[in-house]
Amino acid sequence: MRYLPLTPADRTEMLRVIGAESIDALFDDVPEAARLSGTIEGLPDHATELSVERHMTALARQNTVAGEVPFFLGAGAYRHHVPASVDHLIQRGEFLTAYTPYQPEIAQGTLQMLFEFQTQVARLLGTDVANASMYDGSTACWEAIGMARRITRRGKAILSSGLHPHYVSVAKTMAKYTGDVLETGTPTLSADTDLDALIAAIDDDTSCVVVQYPDILGRIADLQPLADACHAKKALLIAVVTEPVAMGALKSPGEMDADIVVGEGQSLGVGLQFGGPYVGLFGCKDKYVRQMPGRLCGETVDADGRRGFVLTLSTREQHIRREKATSNICTNSGLCALAFSIHMTLLGEAGLRRLAGLNHAGACHAADRLAQVPGVRLVTPRFFNEFTLDLGQEARPVVRALADRGVLAGVSLGRLYPGEDSLANGLVVAVTETTTPEDVEALATALEEVLA
Amino acid sequence: MTINQSGWKPEMAVKGADAAAPTFTGNKALMLEEPLIFEIGSTETTGVDFAEGDVKHDRLGDLTRKAPIGLPGLSEPETVRHYTRLSRQNYAIDLGLFPLGSCTMKHNPRLNERMARLPGFADVHPLQPVDTVQGALGVINELAHWLITLTGMHGVAMSPKAGAHGELCGILCIKAALEARGEGHRKVVLVPESAHGTNPATAAFAGFTVEDIPATADGRVDTAALKARLGPDVAAVMITNPNTCGLFERDLKDISDAVHAAGAYVYCDGANFNAIVGRVRPGDLGVDAMHINLHKTFSTPHGGGGPGSGPVVLSEALSPFAPLPYTARTADGHVHLIEEERTEEFSNEHFGGKLDSFGRMTAFHGQMGMFTRALTYILSHGADGLKQVAEDAVLNANYVLRSLEDVLDAPFGSAGPCMHEALFSDSNLAEGFSTLDVAKGLIDEGFHPMTVYFPLVVHGAMLVEPTETESKAALDQFIGALRSVAERAKAGDASLKSAPHFAPRARLDETRAARKPVLVWKDAEPQAQAAE
Repeated sequence: MRYLPLTPADRTEMLRVIGAESIDALFDDVPEAARLSGTIEGLPDHATELSVERHMTALARQNTVAGEVPFFLGAGAYRHHVPASVDHLIQRGEFLTAYTPYQPEIAQGTLQMLFEFQTQVARLLGTDVANASMYDGSTACWEAIGMARRITRRGKAILSSGLHPHYVSVAKTMAKYTGDVLETGTPTLSADTDLDALIAAIDDDTSCVVVQYPDILGRIADLQPLADACHAKKALLIAVVTEPVAMGALKSPGEMDADIVVGEGQSLGVGLQFGGPYVGLFGCKDKYVRQMPGRLCGETVDADGRRGFVLTLSTREQHIRREKATSNICTNSGLCALAFSIHMTLLGEAGLRRLAGLNHAGACHAADRLAQVPGVRLVTPRFFNEFTLDLGQEARPVVRALADRGVLAGVSLGRLYPGEDSLANGLVVAVTETTTPEDVEALATALEEVLA
Repeated sequence: MTINQSGWKPEMAVKGADAAAPTFTGNKALMLEEPLIFEIGSTETTGVDFAEGDVKHDRLGDLTRKAPIGLPGLSEPETVRHYTRLSRQNYAIDLGLFPLGSCTMKHNPRLNERMARLPGFADVHPLQPVDTVQGALGVINELAHWLITLTGMHGVAMSPKAGAHGELCGILCIKAALEARGEGHRKVVLVPESAHGTNPATAAFAGFTVEDIPATADGRVDTAALKARLGPDVAAVMITNPNTCGLFERDLKDISDAVHAAGAYVYCDGANFNAIVGRVRPGDLGVDAMHINLHKTFSTPHGGGGPGSGPVVLSEALSPFAPLPYTARTADGHVHLIEEERTEEFSNEHFGGKLDSFGRMTAFHGQMGMFTRALTYILSHGADGLKQVAEDAVLNANYVLRSLEDVLDAPFGSAGPCMHEALFSDSNLAEGFSTLDVAKGLIDEGFHPMTVYFPLVVHGAMLVEPTETESKAALDQFIGALRSVAERAKAGDASLKSAPHFAPRARLDETRAARKPVLVWKDAEPQAQAAE
C-alpha cells in the first residue's frame, strides 16, 4: 500500500522493541466482542491510483460543469475566474499540510497570512477588525446573532425577509436550542425591501437586526437609516454580504455604521465546489472584539524584539474556556482564507474595482436583454451582479427545461422557498465576469422558446 | 494610493546561538524575511488583467462606493514570491513528522487533491438542478455508505463543517430525540475530564449543564462514578474513544448499556477513530452518535487550521432527526437531495420510520471538496489498507512509548499498550523546566512539537501521535531527538529555556499580543511618513 512506509521487517523489529508478540496483542484492550471479525463489508482491497482515478472521473462526468455551459446561478455562491497562481500557492505543502498555528515560531507563514487576511476583510467590509474566518457565511451569520445576544443581553433577533433562506434556516435551527427568539418573514416579488418594516419592529427587547446586502433577490438599500434606528434602541445592526466582489462597487456596510458584518468569502479564490468548503467572513467594531467567536491572529514581538504574529485572545475559545467559551468553534477555514487572501492580493483595490465594474456592467446588459423576452419582467431595478426576474409562470419547471437545453439559467425562488406560491414565478439570475454576451443571448433565446 | 511603502525596515536583530554578522537585508541565506502586503503593495497595482471596455455604475444609485478601501495589490510574480516566502516559515507534514496528539497529522495523498479539482466536482454549483449533479450527489452518497459501514451505524449526517460542528449536530440530534419522547427536561451532559474542550462547549451551547466525570488512575473513565451519576436528569454522556490519553475505553459497551437503560444517549467523540478504523465498529459498542473528522482519519489536509469536515454517524434511534439536507439513492440509481421539501416522500423507506429533522446546520450540503478527498482515500486503501492503517498507527505509537519511557515519565505506560498516541508527563524534568521547554527544544531539532498540556488529567502532558504514515527511520530520528531534548531538560540545560534558537522567530510574547490586541494593519499616519 503506497501510503504505508513500514515494511514487514520493520513491523517485526518494532514489535520486538515493544515486547509484544503480535499486532493483535496491541489491541488487547479492545473486548473480543467489539473486534471486527473478517473484513469491511463490500469494500474491495487497496486500489491503484489509476483505478481510483477512473472511478472518481466517471462520477465527475455525471455532473454538468458550470464552466462548460451558459451559467447564471448565484444565491449565495458565485462563479468567478480564479487566477492560476492562487491554486498553485495554496497547494504549497507548507500551507496545505500545516496544522493550526499553535506553535508560532514555526508557523509565521500561516499567521502572517491570517493577519493580512483579517486586515483585507476588515477593510472590505468596513469594520475595525475581522477574525481569521468561520466555516461559511451561514454559520458566521448565526454566530453574529449569538454575539449580539451576549453584547446586548437581549434575546430577540429580527431577520430581514431579504436574508438568504438557508441562512434563516440555520439560525432557526440554532435558536431552537439557545432560546433566542427570531422574527422572520418572506420576501415579496417586488423592488421593495422590508427596511421600513424592520425599523418599525425594533423594540427594547431587540438584540439585533440582520439584513443581507445585496439581498437574496439582488436588491440593495441604504443601511444607514436602519443602523440609526438600531442604535436608538441600543440594538446592533448585523449586515450579511454573500457576494464580496460587490464591495468593489458598493458602499460597505461598515461605512453605513453596521456593528457586525459577516459574509461568505467563496467568491474570491475558493470556487463553487458544490457548496463547500467555503470561508466565512466575520468583522465588527473594535469595542466588541472580546465577544467575537473564532480564531484571531495578532501582532506581537519575539524574545529578540522582532515582529511576529500569534493566535490571541484565546481566552474566548473552547480549548481554554470549555463550557464558557463564546462559541464551540475550533477549526476555521484556513486554506480557503488563504485562497481568498491571495486572490485579493492579486486583484488589489484597482483590480477589485475593475472586477466589480465588469460584473455590474454585465449584469445590467443581461437584465436589459432578458427583460425584452415576452412575458418577463425585471423585478429589481437596482442591483449589483444579481437580479430577479418575474417569468409570469412557475420558474422551477422553466429552469428544468432550460437545463435540458444546456443552459443553467439561475436559481428559482421555488427552489429556495418551496411552497411559497407568491414567489414561485421568481428567477434569481447572477452575472459575473465569466458570463459572455453569447451566454446571455443563449439564455434569452432559450427562455423565449420555453416561455412561448 | 501607496500604502506605507517606505514603512518597512528589515529586521536586523540577530542574537542567540546562531549569532553571526548581521546581514544588510535581515535575511540569512534561505531564511528570508517577508514584509506585509500593506508594506510592499499599492492600491494601483493589480496582478490580474481584465477585458477592455467601459464600465458604468448605473444601477447602484447613491450606494456607489466613493471612499478608498485600502487594499494593496501585487503583480503576479510579486504575489507568488510573497506567499512562497511566507510558506517557508511554516512547518508541515510534507517537511517532517508532525506528532500532534489527537490531531492525526498523516500524509495527505496528492491523488485526493487531483480528484477534488476535477471540474465535475470543483466547478459545480450547490443549487444546480439535481439531475445535473448526479455524480456529486453520488460521491456524497457513496462516502456516506462507507462511513456507515466502517462504523456499524445506521445513518450519517454529512453536512457538518468540522469536528466541533459535528459534535453540535450529534448533541442536537440527542436533544431532538429527547424532546420527541417528551423528555426535554433531561438537562445534564456528562463529560470526562480528559475530553476535548469542544465537548463541554458544545453541550453548553445546546443548553445543557455539563458535569465532569473523573478518570481512574489508569487513565480511563471511572465507570462506577459514571453509572452512579446516571438518572432521570441525564441526557447524554460524551466519551472519546480511544480517549485522549491514547487508551481504549474497555468498558464502553458496558457504559452504553447502562446509559441506555437510564434513558440517555451515548455521544462518542470520533477524533481518534484512526486507531480503530477497520478493526472496531463504534456501532457495536452502543454508540448513538459519533463525528468523524475527515481531516484526521481520512487524510483531508489540515490547511493551517481548516477547512475540516465532520460527518456524524447515527444510531437507529437518532437517525430520524438528522439535519437537512441529505441524500437518498433509489432503486433506479437516482440520487435524491432532500432539502426543506420532500421529507415526507423519503421518510419511511430510508430512515427507519418517522423522519423529523431538527433543521439545517449550514447553507449548502457540507464540505464537498473534503468528501471527494475522503472517498478517494477510502477507495485507495480498501478494506486491507484501512485495517493496516489502524495497526501501523498503533504500532508506531507503542514504539515511541516504549522507546522513550526510560527517559520520560509515561503515566499510563505500565497499564499496557497504548492505542494511536503515547502520553508522557513532565514529572521527572529538572526543577524549573517544563513541557513547554521540551516542545521548544524539539523545534530546534527540526520537528513540530507534540500536543502539550492536553489532556488536562496529566500534569504537563506531552501527547505524541506519530500516525501510520511515518517510516521506522523517521520514528527513530524523532525518538532520538526527543530523547536528547528530554535529557537536556532533566540535566537543567539553561539553553533550552530560550529555545527555539534556529526557528524563524524566537519565543513570541503572547501576553503582549492579548493585552493590547493589534489585529489589523494600520497605515502609518501622514506626518510619520513625512518625517522619513
